[in-house]
Amino acid sequence: MKIGILYSRIRQDEKLLLNELRDRDHEIEKIDVRKHQFGLDGTTANIDDLDLAVDRCLSTSRSLYATRFLDHYDVPVVNSPETADVCADKVKNSLALDGAGVPTPDTKVAFTVDAAMEAIESFGYPCVLKPVVGSWGRLMAKLDSKSAAEAILEHKKVLGHYEHKVFYVQEFVDKPGRDIRVVAVDGEPVAAMTRTSDHWLTNAAKGGDTDAFELDDTARDLVEKASDAVGGGLLGVDLMEVGGEESGEYTVHEINHTVEFKALNGCVDVDVPATVVDWLETKANEATPEATQ
Amino acid sequence: MSEADCPECGAGVDLHDDLEVGEILDCGTCGAELEVLAADPPELDTAPELEEDWGE
Repeated sequence: MKIGILYSRIRQDEKLLLNELRDRDHEIEKIDVRKHQFGLDGTTANIDDLDLAVDRCLSTSRSLYATRFLDHYDVPVVNSPETADVCADKVKNSLALDGAGVPTPDTKVAFTVDAAMEAIESFGYPCVLKPVVGSWGRLMAKLDSKSAAEAILEHKKVLGHYEHKVFYVQEFVDKPGRDIRVVAVDGEPVAAMTRTSDHWLTNAAKGGDTDAFELDDTARDLVEKASDAVGGGLLGVDLMEVGGEESGEYTVHEINHTVEFKALNGCVDVDVPATVVDWLETKANEATPEATQ
Repeated sequence: MSEADCPECGAGVDLHDDLEVGEILDCGTCGAELEVLAADPPELDTAPELEEDWGE
């Protein structure tokens, strides 16, 4: 098959995918979205005869628009622009999860400092203030006191881009020092790991320690529902254990649409890039049945 | 393994064999993040700064 990779930076994750695709003799068109224009009638990027395009843009804004354009040109693209749209925005993410009956941390959105302060006070301390767009734990604030909340809200109001004036306030979930990252393809888990840290942020990007995790049926069911809620695709579904380690009760706090998996691949027995490429081959064949293996 | 000059400090940067256009390398001398613009022959430039919407 001929597969397009939308990117602006090649991380280890993209190298793992590229190596796996090359090992299987698939034709690859690397599309650096920084170098191209995307018009209503076409693009300067070479998208001819693509059986499938894979969005691996590091930049969320580029991901959202590039996938929208490829879809407009009738190029099958994973993840879909609809999935990207929901996953890129924490508000839409929360609404999709709640709407699908997936347990997710209680969340309130406010548009002014005063209203945000009321939302924070209603949760009590600690609670969490997050940017609506962001990743790797950046600009996340655990609010331990009213004075800290007032200061952070003022900073966001004065210094922030307009998106930072959409105040996304969330209950603080007292997780057992770890959360769970599941990489899934259309709701089917590829593998899962825990991310453990003494810090309240346990992201691997923040230096959290990773370890393989065996999902139980409850978690598998939540991953499937969460994936369906955002339109499916290659996703990173993040869960927290509620009520302690191995309680068997979870809340889903985030779904990532350009998921990184190098840390997962390094701590589980599953060959993650190979499994992802298996899925890409299936998607390409579904989209263009003549796609050669 | 080949080598290219760091555009930031001028020191030699060791390059591995499966160099990929778009990949980011660290200069072992000055620590600058470098983007691979071309693999053969190798060409490096300073990598873009982290943007607020980067992530997964």
